[in-house]
Amino acid sequence: MKVEQISIFIENKTGRLAEVARVLGERKVNIRALSLADTSDFGILRLLVDDTALALTTLKEGGFTVNRTEVVAVEVPDRPGGLCSILQVLDECEINVEYMYAFVERNAGNAVIIFRFDDADNAIKILQQKEVSILSGDKLYSL
Amino acid sequence: MIWNDEFETLPREALESLQAKRLKQVAERVYATVPFYRQHFDKHGVKPEQIKSLDDLQRLPFTLKQDMRDNYPYGLFAKPLDQIVRIHASSGTTGKPTVVGYTKRDIDNWSELMARSFVAAGAHRGDVIHNAYGYGLFTGGLGAHYGAEKLGASVIPMSGGNSKKQLMIMQDFGSSILTCTPSYSLYLAEIAAEEGIDIRSLKLRVGILGAEPWSEKMRDEIEEKVGIKAIDIYGLSEILGPGVGIECIEAQSGLHIWEDHFIPEIINPETGEVLPEGEQGELVITTITKEGIPMIRYRTRDITRIIAEPCICGRTHRRLERMCGRSDDMLIIRGVNVFPSQIESVLMDIEGVEPHYQLIVDRDGNLDTLEVQVEVNEQTFSDEIKVLQGLSKQIEKVLKDLLGISCRVRLVEPKTLARSEGKAQRVIDNRPKT
Repeated sequence: MKVEQISIFIENKTGRLAEVARVLGERKVNIRALSLADTSDFGILRLLVDDTALALTTLKEGGFTVNRTEVVAVEVPDRPGGLCSILQVLDECEINVEYMYAFVERNAGNAVIIFRFDDADNAIKILQQKEVSILSGDKLYSL
Repeated sequence: MIWNDEFETLPREALESLQAKRLKQVAERVYATVPFYRQHFDKHGVKPEQIKSLDDLQRLPFTLKQDMRDNYPYGLFAKPLDQIVRIHASSGTTGKPTVVGYTKRDIDNWSELMARSFVAAGAHRGDVIHNAYGYGLFTGGLGAHYGAEKLGASVIPMSGGNSKKQLMIMQDFGSSILTCTPSYSLYLAEIAAEEGIDIRSLKLRVGILGAEPWSEKMRDEIEEKVGIKAIDIYGLSEILGPGVGIECIEAQSGLHIWEDHFIPEIINPETGEVLPEGEQGELVITTITKEGIPMIRYRTRDITRIIAEPCICGRTHRRLERMCGRSDDMLIIRGVNVFPSQIESVLMDIEGVEPHYQLIVDRDGNLDTLEVQVEVNEQTFSDEIKVLQGLSKQIEKVLKDLLGISCRVRLVEPKTLARSEGKAQRVIDNRPKT
């Protein structure tokens, strides 16, 4: 039930983000979601794309440092309190979140929250017990 | 084992009086035969007659690499060409190479010193010496070759390159001693692994490695990966070629410099002042037996110290500590001497970090600042900010402990820093010139 995410090391200098977008666009890789974590020197760009393998080789050929990480995509109703309900479950079960980001589905009226956990397998098990909706990779990439 | 018992174990007193005698002779010889030295001595107001003891060496002026360039190609030769039997040259990365010439006797002496060096490194007759130093204008190949023949070992004149063939010959011919650069020995180990050859199981016993700076860390790596004892050899074409100094296999600590042929001094590279024994500074060498192109107080730019304590091997010739850098690379940051090579060895010590780096020196108000740019690669890259920041902090801490000054580590994208083929620009000094 895990989803593959690509992380890219980006130096803080003009044009690097545009370069990532350009090489992916040229190879017709579609970005489903992204988040950028930054420090004063560098940033880490995290992407969910429709073709992870193609994106990885494309970026490596373009000279970027990339790696593949596994994250968990959780679906919640797009209404007030939706996020809170999930976070409470995680809190109760003492599941630590490394980072997270979210986006809204176009049609279904749901929000998708991407979590990076210390221990993804354990987190998935607990979330499933609590009947939280977890999206598979195939489903997510084709949203 | 010792090749030349008489001279290698000469009591210090006898050795020093031999040096004084030879110094006097060489000062007279160059003054009489090399117009450059005559003018140079005259300009510094010193006559060869004033050179009577080793202490008088300090009266003589230094000779620089630039002096060799200015007198290109044969201007510093002390013998006419009809007595020069060999000419070598060092690659000039900028402009003309520096040219050296050897008389028949110089070649004999060089062979003798290389034979001593081989034996000090644990080689003997019956060894198969696999000589992968380049043959040609570079002194490495022929220098080691003649020494190996003098020793009576079987020498394979491999020269560099064609690594698969090198490995085949090593296997089939039973090479027991490898002479090459330290980095090439590691490269051979890599190629062997790719070819499915267990290089550790070959007959190779000792590597005599030089012609580029390397570290203790690298020695450990070579000994582990190639399965040999790795011996550091020192030399430079301006002085002789390989065989100016070598570590003995007994101690593997410091390189014996053959003091019956060379007089080493350590100076402050800034002021030229001779430093007390044991202090670190720039190595200056005077050749006292060379005929073709004698060198008077040649500034090698190599940074080392002289170890005067007797060595367990029994040789009386003093040792030079492993070269720790070059004085022309030395940076003074907040009053502290910093060598790029020190930073490189720190980076090599950290798992996964590649020794590709750049140093940016600047001034903030009155304070020098040092930024170390380190490339992130797939091994060190983490998806989590805290891991990357932890890596920067770790490098900053190790550098602080080593250098005594704090610096800032900045992680950069791979391949943004120049590769060290030839002369990589490791340092960018943005400080205003005073």
